[in-house]
Amino acid sequence: MMARGPKIQIQRVAKSFGAPGRAMPALEEIDLDVAEREFVCLLGPSGCGKSTLLNIVAGFLVPTTGTVLVDGRPVSGPAPERGVVFQEYALFPWLTVTGNVEFGPLLQSRPAADRRRTVDRYLDLVGLSAHADKFPVQLSGGMKQRVAIARALANNPAVILMDEPFGALDAQTREVLQDELSRIQRVEHKTILFVTHSIREAVYLADRVVVMTSVPGRIKQVFPIKLPEVRDRFAHEFTRYESDITRVLREEVAKVRA
Amino acid sequence: MNAAATRAAALLGALALWAAVAHGNAWLGVVNPVLLPTPGEVGRVGLELAWSGELTRHFLTSLGRVAQGFGLASLAALGLGLLVAMCVPLRLMAEPVIEFVRPIPPLAFLPMFLVWFGLGEASKIAFIGYTTFFPMFVAIAASVLRVDVVLLRAAASLGASRADLVRRVVLPAALPGIVVALRVGVGLALFVIVGAEFMGADAGLGHLIMEGRTFFNPAQIVMGALTLGLLGSLINTLLLTVERRLLRWRAAA
Repeated sequence: MMARGPKIQIQRVAKSFGAPGRAMPALEEIDLDVAEREFVCLLGPSGCGKSTLLNIVAGFLVPTTGTVLVDGRPVSGPAPERGVVFQEYALFPWLTVTGNVEFGPLLQSRPAADRRRTVDRYLDLVGLSAHADKFPVQLSGGMKQRVAIARALANNPAVILMDEPFGALDAQTREVLQDELSRIQRVEHKTILFVTHSIREAVYLADRVVVMTSVPGRIKQVFPIKLPEVRDRFAHEFTRYESDITRVLREEVAKVRA
Repeated sequence: MNAAATRAAALLGALALWAAVAHGNAWLGVVNPVLLPTPGEVGRVGLELAWSGELTRHFLTSLGRVAQGFGLASLAALGLGLLVAMCVPLRLMAEPVIEFVRPIPPLAFLPMFLVWFGLGEASKIAFIGYTTFFPMFVAIAASVLRVDVVLLRAAASLGASRADLVRRVVLPAALPGIVVALRVGVGLALFVIVGAEFMGADAGLGHLIMEGRTFFNPAQIVMGALTLGLLGSLINTLLLTVERRLLRWRAAA
């Protein structure tokens, strides 16, 4: 049997911002493959271009050079095969929780009964069945992000891109959502590219942690995380990954300060 | 005391103040009492006009003109506002023109409308349309420009086409701003309908007021003005009700 190619291929991607001649490089020569069902965290100091890279994969930004392939096809704009979860939730405030989760299936003109099943399934998965008829203003930040995750999953994308999804949440809620996402991933087995600046979050969630350099962003080091699926934040192995990555990342943070 | 009672008391208080001033003047003879009609006199003129059917005719005539002029202008403002806000070259072309035309007081163009459209209905409807178009257009375009790009990105990555984006994201996201623009437009329409009806009209509340001047009947002038106030608050109540229904999601918290 022939091995299938990587789900996401980022090939020699670079990005500069600004007018030609005075352009500021944000990303330099990124090469990264993400396998099917793999959970990859992009980790780096703020302003290192990790969100820029995610936006390029999402199709919101066009790279200056290089290409991104998903399932072997080049990315040329946003598409439903690549679901996105944003730090600022990006829920449609005029739609109820159900309306938000149903948005993708509705665009595909799926029949009502089918849409209802999908909504029920994913609201149940994120534990929000009791809040189906509420509007986003009535929800806490953590609940909003659960809705956003359910909305992305309900559209059944090939890959999910998450841009610091828990960055705006308080520490406790953040850990609860990390637990939830880890549990969801054990059920859904999606291919996920996840941007964060939290080392702990990356080690807790990822199969591989990609540490980026400070601006212009390049890949500094890749850490495969060989820990069990269900992780213990206080296990000796866990904290060792944390300190290894911290040491590498600290050099980059120091460069920004210098 | 609850809010409704406070409002009613304030209205009664204003009426009482008016009555006190008008009757006090009649008693003391500070100015010619004809110039300062009492609530009773205005009410009597109102009843006469209502009884003869004249008040209804003037009221409906003005309402019809406002509805047509404002209706056409709001459709145009909505269509062009969306278009200009979403198309950068159009916006660059529209901006200088609008910035120049917008500050011209609409009444300055009223004679032009009479020249172009004559003394009939068309000139009044066109004038109301012209007056209300620019502020609504500018406000609608601004509210479309304020739509959060993250919402557009979210919808696009859920598979929304360009048409989906307009219908399912831009319009609902801009709706609060659009409703405000429409309310401003209605207010303006009521503001200028009187001016349009001062010149060459044979019906309408503005005409009723002008007739009051011609035949020296201040009570009729006041009656016409009060009826305009009533028309304005009726329309505003209607719009607020529509707004509350459409924007239920905002008040849900």
